[in-house]
Amino acid sequence: MVINSRFFNRSELIGFIVLAAVLFVILPLSLDVFRLNLVAKYLTYAFVAIGLVLCWGYGGILSLGQGVFFGLGGYCMAMFLKLEASSVENTKIQSTPGIPDFMDWNQITSLPLFWQPFHSLSFTILAIILVPGLFALIIGTAMFKRRVGGTYFAIITQAVAAILTILIVGQQGYTGGINGMTDLRTLKGWDIRPDHAKVILYFVEVVLLFACIGIAQFIRLTKLGRILVAMREQEDRVRFSGYSVANFKIFAFCMAAIFAAIGGAMFALNVGFMSPSFVGIVPSIEMVIYTAVGGRMSIFGAVWGSILVNFAKTSLSESFPQLWLFGLGALFIAVVLAFPNGLSGIWADYVQPRIDRLFAARKPKPAAWTDDSVADGAPAE
Amino acid sequence: MLVGHQPKDFLLAVSGLTVSFDGFKAVNDLSFYVEENEIRVIIGPNGAGKTTVLDLICGKTKATSGSIQFRGKELTKMKENEIVQTGVGRKFQTPSVFEDLTVFENLEISFPRGRTVFGSLTFQRDQPVKQRVEEVAEMIFLKDKLDTYASELSHGQKQWLEIGMLLIQDPDLLMLDEPVAGMSVSERAKTAELLNRIIKNRSVLVIEHDMKFVEDIAHKVTVLHQGQILSEGTMEKVKNDPKVIEVYLGH
Repeated sequence: MVINSRFFNRSELIGFIVLAAVLFVILPLSLDVFRLNLVAKYLTYAFVAIGLVLCWGYGGILSLGQGVFFGLGGYCMAMFLKLEASSVENTKIQSTPGIPDFMDWNQITSLPLFWQPFHSLSFTILAIILVPGLFALIIGTAMFKRRVGGTYFAIITQAVAAILTILIVGQQGYTGGINGMTDLRTLKGWDIRPDHAKVILYFVEVVLLFACIGIAQFIRLTKLGRILVAMREQEDRVRFSGYSVANFKIFAFCMAAIFAAIGGAMFALNVGFMSPSFVGIVPSIEMVIYTAVGGRMSIFGAVWGSILVNFAKTSLSESFPQLWLFGLGALFIAVVLAFPNGLSGIWADYVQPRIDRLFAARKPKPAAWTDDSVADGAPAE
Repeated sequence: MLVGHQPKDFLLAVSGLTVSFDGFKAVNDLSFYVEENEIRVIIGPNGAGKTTVLDLICGKTKATSGSIQFRGKELTKMKENEIVQTGVGRKFQTPSVFEDLTVFENLEISFPRGRTVFGSLTFQRDQPVKQRVEEVAEMIFLKDKLDTYASELSHGQKQWLEIGMLLIQDPDLLMLDEPVAGMSVSERAKTAELLNRIIKNRSVLVIEHDMKFVEDIAHKVTVLHQGQILSEGTMEKVKNDPKVIEVYLGH
């Protein structure tokens, strides 16, 4: 009978093994620390993309404001790191030692109240999850309970992204303004800047990424995952099957926000600064493009989309800085028009059948696990 | 119209129901009562407000005034999903099934358990669920299609699937909006057979244009015209009502 008894079906298992091999073994062995650190930066967007797969791909809720949550997570982490970097010894040349340098430049003479709890790492970790989570809960409740959806919701998330950017830039005494929070040095006394620390942080990030992949995959396989798909197609039918559609949308939106925030926190750690240029409208739309290019219905596809688009961005903008934005726009249009399921769709339509045929040719009798994957009825990617 | 004490045996009591869209009264001071285990068919010309009445009962449209009592509970103040949970099921005119899910998954979502966010995260596909899904699938002639995606079903099969999705909810009041519209002759016959089987032990409110079908199943017929009741009673009575013949049956 139809039972999803296994966590991954065969093609997902292959996807999992390939991604794990590339991220854990191949890239660390083949890239220098500078390039590996770049990959770490790309992967922070993969967290956002995984969230968008749940929220947009499955739930049909297009958020063009994921930069908000990426930023909130990143700023929470950066505030902790900045406080640690602003010890009294480090800042004794300031007129008020012991507060972050940008506060001193803005004539602030004592640490603002909302900064105080960020002396604690445990509080910071909680805040990275809870601040964006609660913010998404508030936005989600306000919008979805009133049945605001589709384009209207997307526009409102854009507005929120714009507002938050303006707020951060405007309140530079509290936030570091347009420059953001720079010169982050240590985490609990451990220097995050040297090469060996970058390598360790890379692996920490990859482990967290796989944890998020696991959570997303778990959600996808529960009835909740199927309700998200159902909701995307026939919202009324779900409602008249006895479900509160708004609550499910809020859940998907909050999960996407939390994933994005974890990505943002890892960005602050790996890249060593956080600024409003990762919060606003443009980065938020870019995050949607990563997901669309990778395939909005595929968790692994979204990770690949983030890596590949960012890699292209780095290589192209190094040589043709003006061309990059046109390239990105063209890429998005091409994906939407020609390959609505992105790279993972291309894989499933063109590559997977060839592999299957290859397997079938080599083994006249189909192996046992091939049988299972036909019977288990999991939605095909 | 004000209705005082309701006898207890009415399952559904609609009284003084009015809804106006920008001044246009789609349903105007409508009152009718459905008893337990009654099969009521609503007929009437296009634009009479038939579908709007179902929309009002299931909460899709909010009433401007009036009341809808289901087992003594006021439905006009409830949300759609709460109305479903009190035992009202609704089938839409065009088949609305989840095309990207299999027949099994479609039916499973309608199974009345784990309807909260947390409940659906911890929902287990256990024996009672599987048994009930298979039972219903057999009833709606889709037993060998459990693993088929709903998008691959024919129009008639989609209609059956949606009826099955309602069946698995086990509602006390089943509302069907043109269940045989767009079906082939053989599908029509099968659907009539299916409906005759599933209407046992529950009340049913049906909108239908097919008069032969109406005659077959209706206990009582309500004729709507311009948002108001034109005539009500047995099929025999309604058929011979000169007002009904003039506005509806005559042409």
